[in-house]
Amino acid sequence: MNKMDTLRNFCIIAHIDHGKSTLADRLLENTKTISDREKKDQLLDDMDLERERGITIKSHAIQMLHDQDGVEYTFNLIDTPGHVDFSYEVSRAIAACEGALLIVDAAQGIQAQTISNLYLALEHDLEIIPVLNKIDLPSAQPEEVTDQIIDLIGCKKEDIILASAKEGKGVADILSAIVHRIPAPEGHAEAPLQAMVFDSIFNPYRGIEVLFRVFNGHIKQGQKVRFMNTGHTYEAEELGVLKLKQDKQEAVYAGNVGYLTSGIKEAKEVKVGDTITAVENPADKAIGGFEDVKPMVFAGIFPVDTDEYEELRNAIEKLQLNDASLTFEPESSAALGFGFRCGFLGMLHMEIIQERLEREFKMSVITTVPNVSYHAYLKSDPEKLVLVTNPTEFPEPSELDHIKEPYIRAQIITKADFVGPVMNLCIEKRGDLKNQVYLTSERVELTFDMPLAEIVFDFYDRLKSLSRGYASFDYTPMDYRETDMVKVDVLINGDQVDALSALIHRSNAYDIGKKICSKLKELIPRQQFMIALQAAIGAKVIARETLSALRKDVTAKCYGGDISRKRKLLEKQKAGKKKMRQVGNVEIPQKAFLAVLQLND
Amino acid sequence: MSGLYFHIPFCRQACTYCDFHFSTRRQQQPAMVAAIRQELQQRAPTGPTGQMKSIYLGGGTPSLLSLSQLESLLQAAQANFSVDPAAEITLEANPDDLSLPYLKQLRQLGVNRLSIGLQSFDDSHLQLMNRAHNARQSRQCLEWIRAAGFDNFTVDLIYGMPRQSPKHWEGQLAALAPFKPPHFSAYALTVEPRTVLAHQVARGTLPAPEEETVAAHFDYLQQWAAAQGYEHYELSNLALPGCRAVHNSAYWQGQPYLGLGPGAHSFDGKQRYANVASNPRYLKAIQEGQPTGTSEWLRPEDHLNEYLMTRLRLDEGFAWADLTERFGSRWAQFVRREAQKHLKAGRFQEAAGRLFIPAAWRFHSDGLAAELFALQPTA
Ligand SMILES: Nc1nc2c(ncn2[C@@H]2O[C@H](COP(=O)(O)OP(=O)(O)O)[C@@H](O)[C@H]2O)c(=O)[nH]1
Ligand code: SF4
Ligand SMILES: [Mg+2]
Repeated sequence: MNKMDTLRNFCIIAHIDHGKSTLADRLLENTKTISDREKKDQLLDDMDLERERGITIKSHAIQMLHDQDGVEYTFNLIDTPGHVDFSYEVSRAIAACEGALLIVDAAQGIQAQTISNLYLALEHDLEIIPVLNKIDLPSAQPEEVTDQIIDLIGCKKEDIILASAKEGKGVADILSAIVHRIPAPEGHAEAPLQAMVFDSIFNPYRGIEVLFRVFNGHIKQGQKVRFMNTGHTYEAEELGVLKLKQDKQEAVYAGNVGYLTSGIKEAKEVKVGDTITAVENPADKAIGGFEDVKPMVFAGIFPVDTDEYEELRNAIEKLQLNDASLTFEPESSAALGFGFRCGFLGMLHMEIIQERLEREFKMSVITTVPNVSYHAYLKSDPEKLVLVTNPTEFPEPSELDHIKEPYIRAQIITKADFVGPVMNLCIEKRGDLKNQVYLTSERVELTFDMPLAEIVFDFYDRLKSLSRGYASFDYTPMDYRETDMVKVDVLINGDQVDALSALIHRSNAYDIGKKICSKLKELIPRQQFMIALQAAIGAKVIARETLSALRKDVTAKCYGGDISRKRKLLEKQKAGKKKMRQVGNVEIPQKAFLAVLQLND
Repeated sequence: MSGLYFHIPFCRQACTYCDFHFSTRRQQQPAMVAAIRQELQQRAPTGPTGQMKSIYLGGGTPSLLSLSQLESLLQAAQANFSVDPAAEITLEANPDDLSLPYLKQLRQLGVNRLSIGLQSFDDSHLQLMNRAHNARQSRQCLEWIRAAGFDNFTVDLIYGMPRQSPKHWEGQLAALAPFKPPHFSAYALTVEPRTVLAHQVARGTLPAPEEETVAAHFDYLQQWAAAQGYEHYELSNLALPGCRAVHNSAYWQGQPYLGLGPGAHSFDGKQRYANVASNPRYLKAIQEGQPTGTSEWLRPEDHLNEYLMTRLRLDEGFAWADLTERFGSRWAQFVRREAQKHLKAGRFQEAAGRLFIPAAWRFHSDGLAAELFALQPTA
C-alpha cells in the first residue's frame, strides 16, 4: 500500500519575524487541521520562552490533509528551529523534506538568515517555493524584493507567490504550489527500514518521543528497531503520525513522517540524524549526514549559594532529560566552589538554559565567561587532539605544540552606508572577508570567515549598534584553524581567581586585559579595604587597576523622616550583597564574572 | 516618654545643599501657624499619651516666626498635652534672625534650648552655601546666646566642603572652642539629589566632596572632641557630659514622637506617619479636614533593621539583652551570627554586653548596620 504520490514533505525557511509561524497557522486553518476553537496564535511555538522570544527553539512537525482538485493530499510540515545555535537540527529537518517555502518579508527584503537557510535547503536539493509575504504592508516593496529573490535563487517572476499570511492572501496558491511543485517522496515501502530521526521531544509521562521520516520500508507497532549510530535497540511501543495531536497508527510507511515512543528516558540517548532500522532484515547502511552534535560554547554554572550545589545538579539533570545538546560535568573552582562545566550549542542556547534554571527551578546562579572549545596539540604527541573547554585546562605554553580554534562563515546583510563600520568590526574580530555582493544599490551582503570565539564576545550588540539595527547576521560552523591563544588570568588582591580566567587571542590580550581590569573596577563595589585588580599572562602582569577603599559609608543625618527611607535603602544594599560571591575577603557581584562579555559597554 | 515636633516650613533663602522641606514664599506664614495648631488639636486625642519630655521647633527656619506665633504654638502644646515641667524645649534658629532682645523673649516663652544653624565661621563657605548670615553674625550670636542666659544650646557645623582642607576644618573647630557649646552637631556635607549643590557638582562648577578628605575631617573631629571633653555620642552629634539632646535622642532610641506641619514625620512605636511635604497641599488638607499624610506599618524585620541602623550610630551601640528583650532570642542569634565576621575583623566591638562600632569604623556605620539586617525573603 503506497500512498507516496499524494504525500508532500516540506519546511518553511525564513528570517526571524518574516512570518513563518503566522503562515504555518494559516496553512493549518485552511486545511482544517485546527478548528477555530483550537486556534491559539502561533501554534507551533509551544514553549513559554519560545513565545516570549518569538522564535522557535525546537522544531516540531505537523500533518495536514489538503484536498486539491478532488484528490486528498497529505502534507507534513516540518518546522525548523529559527536560530543558528540549532543549525544541525535545521539541517536534519531540511533533510527530511522534498521542498521548502522560502518566505521573505516584502518590506524587509532578504536577510542573512534567509540566505543561510536557503543554502542549506539547496544543499539538500529541496524544491524552493519563494513566497513574498506581508504584501499588505504599506511599506512593502514587492518589485524590489522580487528582484532580490530572482537574483538569489534564479527563479522566474511568476514562480514567486504574493502573500499576506496575516490576511490569509495567497494561501490557496501556496497550497496548490505544494501539491504541484514539490515532488512526492521516493522510496520503497518493501525495502529494509531506513528512517531518519530529525527531532526528539521529552514527554514527562511517556519518555522521549522520537520524530522521524521514513525513507525506505515501513515501521510497525511492536517491531524491534535499532538506532544504527548509537547501536541501541528498542521495541516500537507506540507509533503514529503527527496531527495536531498524535494519531496512533499500526505502521508508518516510506515517505511519511511519524513519531515513536519506546520508554526511552533521556533525550541524550537519541541522536538527531540517526537512522532507525529493523532488527530483523536491517538496512545495510545508515542515511548519510549523521553528526554527533558537539557543544560549541562552554561556561561554568555555579550556585550563588554554595549550599545549593545538589539542587543545581538536579535542575541541570532535569533540563538534560529534554535537551540532549546540553552537556555538563562537575567543575570545582577555587573561587566559586562546586558547580558544573556546561556545554551549549551557542550563546542563545546558553541564555535559554540560564533562564530556564532561574524560571523553572528558581535557581540563582553565577555563569562564568563562556568560551569555545579549542583543539590543543602537545609537543609530547603533536598528533593527539586534546580538547580544551575550560581555561583551567589550557596547557602550559611551553608544552603546547599548536592549538586550533573553531571558525564560522558569517553572512551579514546591511545597508551600503554601514559597510565601512561593519567591515571594521569584523576585521577587529579577526574576520577574513570572503565575499561582498550588492543585493541592490542599497543593500550589501558580506561574507566573512571568523573565529567563533569572537562572536561569543559582544559581537551581536556591537553589530546592532553600529548599524543602528540595520544589519542581519547569521553563520554556519566551518572548521578548526590554527591560532595563537593565551590564557589571561585575573588576580584580585594578588590571588588568582580561576573563574575569571579567559582564553584570548594573543593579539588582543593586552588590550582585553586592560579592559577586564577597568570593567571589574566598575562592577565590583568599593569595600572596606583597597582592592588590587590585575590581569596576567602566566607570571607576567599585563594590566592593573586599584579599587580604593570605601572610607565613608554613612549618611550625616538620621532624624524623624530619614529613618524609614534610609532603612529601605540599606535593605536594598544588603539584598544586593547577598547575591554577591565572596572570593577571599572580596565580595564580587554575579555580573562581574561575565565582565569580559561587556568590555565595550 | 515622647516628643513633639513642629515643622516650620519657611526659610529666608535656600541654602544650596538643603533638601529639607521649606518654602521661601512666606505670605502663608500666619495661615500655616494656624493650620499647624489645628493639626495639633486634631491629632492630640489619638496622639501620644503620657508626658511630653521634649518639644522641638524645627524646619525650615522657626526663628522666622514672630514671638506671638511661637507663643501660640507652645500654648497649644501645653493645652493639649501634659508637658513635663522640665521638658527640653528647643528652637532652631539662624544667626541672622537673632538679637539680644529676641533671645531674651524666647526664654520668657519657655524656650530653654537653641539649635543654631551656624554651619561655618568662614564667609567664603557661608556664601558658597548661600547662607543668609556671615561669619561675624556666627560669632556674635553665640555671645548673645550666652548673654541672654541660654546655657543649653547646640551649634550646627558642616565639614567636607568642596576643596576644604583638613587645616581649614581644624580652624573651624578651633573657632568654635572658645564658645564651649554644651552640644554641637558636625555634618559631613552631603550632595542630595535635586539641590542646587547637586546641580553644581553635575555641571562641574564645584567638585564633589572628596571621600578621603571627608574621612580625614571626621577622624580629626573624633580626636578633637575627645580632647575637648565632648562625648561623640551619635555619629554627627557631640555633647559635654549631661548635655545630650533629649528630643533628637528619641529618634535614635525608637521612642514615639508626634510631628506636626508639612513634611513632618511621626512614629507611635508601631507605624510611621509622614505628612505631605508641600505647603499648599498641607493647608488644603487641613482646611478640608482630610488626612495630612500617609502611614506605613513596620514589620518585625523593619523594626529590627531600624533598631540596628539607629543604635549603631551611637557610641554605645546596643545591649544584647535589650535586643533580645525587644525582638526575641532567635533574632538576637541571627544578628550575632551576621556580626561574627566583622567582630573578628574589629569592625564591631563588644564590651559589657553591648555591641558597638569602634571609632576607627564609625564612618562605616550604615554599611555595617546593614550587614546585620534581617531581610524579607522577597526583599
Ligand atoms: N502585516 C503583516 N504582518 C505579518 C504578516 N505575517 C506575519 N506578520 C507579523 O510579523 C510578525 C512576525 O511573524 P511570525 O510569524 O512570528 O514570524 P517568524 O519569526 O518568522 O515566525 C508578527 O507580528 C506577525 O503578526 C503579514 O502577512 N502581514
Ligand atoms: S535655613 Fe536650614 S532649612 Fe532653610 S534652606 Fe537653609 S539649611 Fe535648609
Ligand atoms: Mg515564529
